[in-house]
Amino acid sequence: MAVTTDLKGGPRRRVMDAMREQRNQKWIVVGLLLFSMFYSAFFIDLRNSPGIGDLMHAIPLPSVNNIIVMCYYAILALGLNIVVGFAGLLDLGYVAFYVFGAYTTAVLASPLFNIHIAWWFVAPIGVVVAATAGVLLGAPTLRLRGDYLAIVTLGFGEILPRLARNLDSVNVDIGLTIPATIAGIKLLANDIILIPQTRLIGPDTSITGGNIGVNPIDPPILPIPGPWGDKLIFSNANPTASFFLILGLLLLVFFVCVRLRDSRLGRAWMAIREDELAAASMGIDTVSTKLLAFGLGASFSGFTGAFFGSYSTAVFPESFNFNISITILIMIILGGIGSLRGVVLGAFVLIYINDALLPFLGGFVDQPVQAVGNAIRGVPIFGDILANFTLTSFNYLLYGIILVFMMIFRPEGLLPFAARKAELHGEGISSGETFGSDSEQAEAATEFEEQEEGGLPGEPPATPESTDGGSTPA
Amino acid sequence: MTDAARVREGRETRSRVRLVVFVLVVALFLALWGKDVPIWGGCTAHLTVCGNVFSIGIFQGMIIALIALGYTLVYGILQLINFANGDVFMLGSLLAYESVSIFKALGLPISGSAPIAEIILWLALTLPITMVLTALLNAGIERYAYRPLRRAPTVATLISAIGMSFILQNAGQKVLGASPVSLVQGSDPSILSSADVFVLFGEIHIKFSHLFVTAITIPLLFALVWFVANTRQGKAMRAVAQDREAAGLMGINVDRTISLTFLLAGALAGGAGLIVALYNGQAWWFYGTPFGLQAFTAAVFGGIGNLKGAAVGGIILGIMISLNAYYIDPRWQEVVVFGLLVVVLIFKPTGLFGSAQSERA
Repeated sequence: MAVTTDLKGGPRRRVMDAMREQRNQKWIVVGLLLFSMFYSAFFIDLRNSPGIGDLMHAIPLPSVNNIIVMCYYAILALGLNIVVGFAGLLDLGYVAFYVFGAYTTAVLASPLFNIHIAWWFVAPIGVVVAATAGVLLGAPTLRLRGDYLAIVTLGFGEILPRLARNLDSVNVDIGLTIPATIAGIKLLANDIILIPQTRLIGPDTSITGGNIGVNPIDPPILPIPGPWGDKLIFSNANPTASFFLILGLLLLVFFVCVRLRDSRLGRAWMAIREDELAAASMGIDTVSTKLLAFGLGASFSGFTGAFFGSYSTAVFPESFNFNISITILIMIILGGIGSLRGVVLGAFVLIYINDALLPFLGGFVDQPVQAVGNAIRGVPIFGDILANFTLTSFNYLLYGIILVFMMIFRPEGLLPFAARKAELHGEGISSGETFGSDSEQAEAATEFEEQEEGGLPGEPPATPESTDGGSTPA
Repeated sequence: MTDAARVREGRETRSRVRLVVFVLVVALFLALWGKDVPIWGGCTAHLTVCGNVFSIGIFQGMIIALIALGYTLVYGILQLINFANGDVFMLGSLLAYESVSIFKALGLPISGSAPIAEIILWLALTLPITMVLTALLNAGIERYAYRPLRRAPTVATLISAIGMSFILQNAGQKVLGASPVSLVQGSDPSILSSADVFVLFGEIHIKFSHLFVTAITIPLLFALVWFVANTRQGKAMRAVAQDREAAGLMGINVDRTISLTFLLAGALAGGAGLIVALYNGQAWWFYGTPFGLQAFTAAVFGGIGNLKGAAVGGIILGIMISLNAYYIDPRWQEVVVFGLLVVVLIFKPTGLFGSAQSERA
């Protein structure tokens, strides 16, 4: 009997602890939510009021627009986290699915084809389109792993924005002139077969708006009259309303992610991440599980793309490049791969640094440095750099430094998922393909011991008990 | 040789032949149905265009091959896609630009109208210095950004490499400014003359700039292949690539060998950067990304880790880019390059000359 209680008591106590912790965190989350709602609702009023306004100018507070950007990047990061963090598939072309979401909105809710479907219907369509694209692009990459997978996804991430840029004069013919002539690729020259063509699309239809993009796109609108007018418009002209919308979406996505992680599917992803062969032999269908990771990750991206297009009421091909994919990757690495809280934190921190902190600091630093630069104009290279100095333009340098340093000094991220952290510090199972390597264990184990002796304050040492991630709160 | 090995080799040769045939058919297809070729005209009716397109492709492919060698060397030894290689290449073109500025400050303006001795002096100084600097930079990157991660999974090193790439790009952007900068001022003729040297078959124009590219690229390619195949250090590199631990046990200094690999890759990238700066007449902070990705594609296409493969892959890719630029549209270039990359990785991850290492893919 004693033995059974002992066996049962252990896990139960752990679950209780976890639940208690979860409850505490719930209050933190609720508090933060209330604060951010208050903040965003009264941001402009507060900033214009004499006492608090001066204070707000003295500290680099993010504006409501900054917070909106933070939120939608957090959704993107949560989506990429499914692919990279849960399933362990390094995707360097995540922006591809963002393109799908944004351009679906652009096609279905803009004067481009004069189709104006309400955003509330367009967004699910964007999600479905992006998810389908995720599965279709994911399918051929299933055999690849590690860095080859990274390169193929990078290829897709480069191809799709090009398509967005180049599909501005499309002619799809039916009749005997099969294969279509797509945007100048004349697979069969028209003069070979002289048959009257029936054009499906064309002549020279612009599907994506080409270089100039699509502008304007209808913003999400709710026909609710109120102090804001006869209808509520969620565009960048109305940041407060958009903030509440994106916050709601972020919460929804976060909840979905928590449930996914703790679901059978989530555990299957992590099993594949740890050891694909073992997972397969335990009866996990690796093909469909991986495809679901691609599809679900892509659907979040499509969702955000749909929001981004409508909120900014325009999409341009320049908005989608390799750097976006990498920025999102940096967010999840910074926060902690696989950790939902960490990923959101990473997105918030990075966007905060980029959009609020750097401009704020630049306000102090730029002019003196430029003055120095002008004084030493004659000095080659440095004179020019300093004379044109703007702190904000060093953001990618900072991103690069973050990537390198995080990889070397704290690969588990700022707020690591307990299981991952334990694994990186020499506990639990790990494999060479994931971010915690077996060969790293020897070194990491010593680090772990140091931590247990209180090496890093404020961080509870990871214990083997906390490695069963299922009950760990986000 | 065992029967199994012979069979495997036969199979590999066959699949290699199949891939080459496939690429050639695609190239021919593009050449035959061009925008100004009415019906089944093809190369015979339009030798001027087709031949020139091919020759330009070959010369551009040589530059790609030079960068691709850097990727393939590093991949062979560390199984790392060194994203920063493209940006080291960009720094090579940056150094070329700065060297022109320095010469101008010294009262020796370098341009097409400068005396030939001056240009030769400039090149004789700039090329080795550029190569040495980029080689040291590349080895430094390895020492401080990759070596601490030697025992971590390759994906961690890959992310570190992406970070280094960002850092170098930002540095390049700060030095060169946002848009491409011309090496020579205003209306001065570019350093590298693009006059015809001779005309093949009365149709194909071979320009001086093409010959220059060949004169630098081919010796470098052969020197590298000779170095890896024949010297003691080259042997050490091959041994480390084969099995790092065993090589270490045999008394090979693994760290030094890896450093040497990065030195070589950096020198090649720097040299290629200088050549591209001369060939295009300009330097740009963003050169690293397109050229780097093209070179990586070429390396994968040829079979990553294989020197000969990288060279051949680079030239084939150059031809494809050139064909695309003439017959389709230059703005589809990236789609063609990445399309090729994706197709090769999915259907034949070992590339043209790669050995069958299925666990890599």
